[in-house]
Amino acid sequence: MAKNTVKKFIEGNVAIVEGAIAAGARFYAGYPISPSSEIAETTSQLMPKAGGLYVQMEDEISSMAALLGASLAGKKVYTATSGPGISLMQENLGLGVMSELPAVIIDVQRSGPSTGAATKPAQGDIMQARWGIHGDHSIIAISPSSVQDCYDLIITAFNLAEKYRTPVYFLADEVIGHLRETVAEYEPDASQIFNRVQPDPNMDPKDFRPYNYDSNMPAPMASVGDRHFLMRTTGSTHDEKGEFKPTPENINRVTHYLTDKIEKNVADITITRQYKLEDAELGFITFGCSTRSTMSAVDALRAKGVKAGMLQLVTVWPLAEKEIREVLSKCKTVVVPELNLGQMAGEVRKLNDYGCKIIQANRTDGILITPQQIIDSLEGK
Amino acid sequence: MATYKDYMLFNKLPHTWCAGCGDGIVLQSIAAVFAEMNLDKHDIALVSGIGCFGRVDDYLDINCMHVTHGRALAAATGIALANPNLHVIVTMGDGDGTTIGGNHLIHCARRNINLTAIIANNYNYGQTGGQYSATTPTGSITSTSPYGHVEQNFDICKLAIAAGAPFVARATAYNPMMIRKMIRAGIEHKGFSLIETMVACPTHYGRYNKQGEAANMMKLMNAQSISVEQAAKMSEEELENKIVVGCLRNKPREDYYTKYKKIIDSFSKEG
Repeated sequence: MAKNTVKKFIEGNVAIVEGAIAAGARFYAGYPISPSSEIAETTSQLMPKAGGLYVQMEDEISSMAALLGASLAGKKVYTATSGPGISLMQENLGLGVMSELPAVIIDVQRSGPSTGAATKPAQGDIMQARWGIHGDHSIIAISPSSVQDCYDLIITAFNLAEKYRTPVYFLADEVIGHLRETVAEYEPDASQIFNRVQPDPNMDPKDFRPYNYDSNMPAPMASVGDRHFLMRTTGSTHDEKGEFKPTPENINRVTHYLTDKIEKNVADITITRQYKLEDAELGFITFGCSTRSTMSAVDALRAKGVKAGMLQLVTVWPLAEKEIREVLSKCKTVVVPELNLGQMAGEVRKLNDYGCKIIQANRTDGILITPQQIIDSLEGK
Repeated sequence: MATYKDYMLFNKLPHTWCAGCGDGIVLQSIAAVFAEMNLDKHDIALVSGIGCFGRVDDYLDINCMHVTHGRALAAATGIALANPNLHVIVTMGDGDGTTIGGNHLIHCARRNINLTAIIANNYNYGQTGGQYSATTPTGSITSTSPYGHVEQNFDICKLAIAAGAPFVARATAYNPMMIRKMIRAGIEHKGFSLIETMVACPTHYGRYNKQGEAANMMKLMNAQSISVEQAAKMSEEELENKIVVGCLRNKPREDYYTKYKKIIDSFSKEG
């Protein structure tokens, strides 16, 4: 059980940092950018008190690289940025996926593309998170919808990064990052924290393999500096020893493995929440800051006698296909509210083998979508 | 007594480099320094980037992190800060270390991260067919400067010194003993150290610029070499086209981790 619970009235960006440190993170490398800068500032303040390191790098490319180096040296690591920084991080996010190094990347989403409207919210990075890295792979992305989520789910993000030896996105947005709410903070106990699996210290070091491609779970990971094992990682296609091996068979099996490692473990990874969905005929599929506007819309519709319900995708990636299909098979109409022009709606459509009517409720003017706008979308407004 | 062979993966030989390439000389020098210092393999972490010299890790039996093009120093920054007890070695070519990675180089030097950067400068991108890099001398021919290179080249050592690097040295592949001496001094130096090693690329740069075979390129390199002491007595004009070799800077200052650790310790004392 968690202990020492304290209630605080803080903004999402601060709750993210406090949750990250509670999860055991002890290294941060980043580059300041709105609307995520409070994460860098709060980290620089709290990290040395927790015995960890903060370093402000020259850009987001080097920030992501430094994270992976520190991760390989045994630390739990994170960085925070927004859309433009996420674009720069893609290169070494790919390195993290290929090298299988745990890291948490917080994206406090803002309006884009390019500099866009730097201080305005958006949910426009859904597809960049999924496919920004070149080459086939899969990815984990968690999207919080409250300040409490910022604390609780950042811990989950670290656990998933460590368990699956992979970079994990934390897709917040300007609304949640700057929202102030009461949050219950606690010291997680051992059962709430997952630390990366280490190789058996009794193993002959010669038998240690930093990679395993015959399983859907990653190999145990030693740190550089370990007294028994030597670590070898690379962004080049490699074998179990971490040695460069660009043979057709190996390229193919590594490519499949990097997708399967996430996609075959969807049941373990994905988190969804349901709201009044049991008898719903009108379904809403939502995530992040759009969630609470959608909940209000559901309540307003219920008050008018409409059987409305909501599925919240807490993990945006991997897609909660089973839960989305349940909604599509049960409801006549499904609405997807989001602060973009339909990035998630497109994913929902791909799964619509049920003749369900899909309605998009989009807002891209840098203002949070309102319950009324979501309701109006039913009438094509 | 340890020898360089104890740090090598002999089953990975023959190496990928062309006949006459200087990279192998630097590789052996690195392994020889590890042996000379009798380093425990577990205490060394080598970070390499992309390019001919970025393949160094393939042949070394130590901790290795092979990263993206230009980002080796940034990744090494993470390792060096996360585990200050490691000897962090970063191997890069001139393209990797000073062209695509030039920004990381100056900031790593300025920040004074405790690591040893070893750059093999062959004046071009050897692995992709001999295109020009930031160190390609003005006027020379490469596969992408067929009419003569119009840009001015970087002097890597001067760049590092200007950025605040406390230890900077240069040696040529003609003189492997000097390379060893400088690498060892770099590893023993606490803080950022940079050793520029001049290596011949007979396949591309040498061929395009009619410098003859590898042995001839080495002789040419040696003829251009001039010691730091001699160079101090020469004018800028006299130093044109010369390679100044030896230790160009050795002025230790407190590294990032040591400074930051004091902040961490100030809180643990409070608690």
